[in-house]
Amino acid sequence: MATTTSDRMEVRSSDDVVRVRQQVRARAVEVGLSLVDQTKIVTAASELARNMLDYGGGGVTTIEVVSDGMRRGLRLVFEDTGPGIADIELALKDGFTSGSGLGLGLGGAKRLCNEFSIDSKPGEGTRIVCARWK
Amino acid sequence: MTTRSHASLFATILSEHGPQILSAWSDRLKSTGALASGRLREAELQTQCRTVLELLSTAIAGGLDAASPNYGPLRDVLADVSRSRAVQGFTPSETATFVFSLKQPLFEAVSAAEAGDPSTVARAVQDITQLIDALGLYTIEVFQKSREETIIRQQREIAELSTPVVKLWDGILALPLIGTLDSQRTQVVMENLLESIVAQTAEIAIIDITGVPTVDTLTAQHLLKTVSAARLMGADCIISGIRPQIAQTMVHLGVELNVVSKATLADAFALALKRVGRTVVAVKARELPAG
Repeated sequence: MATTTSDRMEVRSSDDVVRVRQQVRARAVEVGLSLVDQTKIVTAASELARNMLDYGGGGVTTIEVVSDGMRRGLRLVFEDTGPGIADIELALKDGFTSGSGLGLGLGGAKRLCNEFSIDSKPGEGTRIVCARWK
Repeated sequence: MTTRSHASLFATILSEHGPQILSAWSDRLKSTGALASGRLREAELQTQCRTVLELLSTAIAGGLDAASPNYGPLRDVLADVSRSRAVQGFTPSETATFVFSLKQPLFEAVSAAEAGDPSTVARAVQDITQLIDALGLYTIEVFQKSREETIIRQQREIAELSTPVVKLWDGILALPLIGTLDSQRTQVVMENLLESIVAQTAEIAIIDITGVPTVDTLTAQHLLKTVSAARLMGADCIISGIRPQIAQTMVHLGVELNVVSKATLADAFALALKRVGRTVVAVKARELPAG
């Protein structure tokens, strides 16, 4: 799998979430994702970036245009050094939230992507990688 | 030599060599292209230079601390200059150069006046640098602040402009949402809608999200809260303008909007009219030829 372009964006405020969304949309158009797939990955990015801001105390988003043979896609990496997720399975469950949201963001983001993985250690931070292929 | 007597040295130099410093300064400004853009007239620049220099020579007699009260009038003038340049579209460095380019003429005047005493000149140069740097940074700060004020004002204007509540019919309101629904704007949206429901005694409010590019769980939550609040006030909400890609995404997200929704504002309006017991008919329906 080869990475063509890579954008690194800090997420420190809700304005940054908007910027991440715009950049993901621009890259998704570049990759040639369909309108539905664009919307899906943009929405997933919005959820994950906001989670990172609300629960991880902010972090870094990396947006990569990747290709695997003939396939092209978009891979997003969200990294924070926040408190981490103690029970990933519980966090992915619909309706569960440790804040005041709907509790659908993390599980929803997983359903909106083709690939999704969470790597988290309590006290050290969280790293979420997701991808959407054309 | 103490700072105090340095200050009086500068004051003497400024009063004795004022005109030369002024002309050297404005020459420098002109050579660095202060007038090149045509946004500033020469007479205007001259007046600004003269005023700044006059105020500087008054202020400098009282010390070299740019933050002290005797620099107040000078700071005010610099703030005015800075603000007007921010409005005229100058860059921050162009604005700061106005102050920083005063350094060289002052250095020259001091070296000429104290030619026999290099150590005095060296210390004087240091003092001038500190003073002019402080004044230059102050100009940049004001410049930045006036830009920020403009941005904040525009943000407020956008927040208000983009959330108009329109009356479609007696008892039917529409709220066309445009752009990102971040929390601050949602607050304005909610207030506007709830106030209009009372003012117009509306039974039905149509929230149109055609102009919202991304509907995520936070947006959905804001929408649901608005709908519940409207319900508490006795108005029913219809959400319209849900595009196919948004609908699919919402299904994947698992968001359920427990509210009547329609694909277009026209459909929502038709439903609303039906609910209030009205219908839209073609004017000449009966005159159309049969078959």
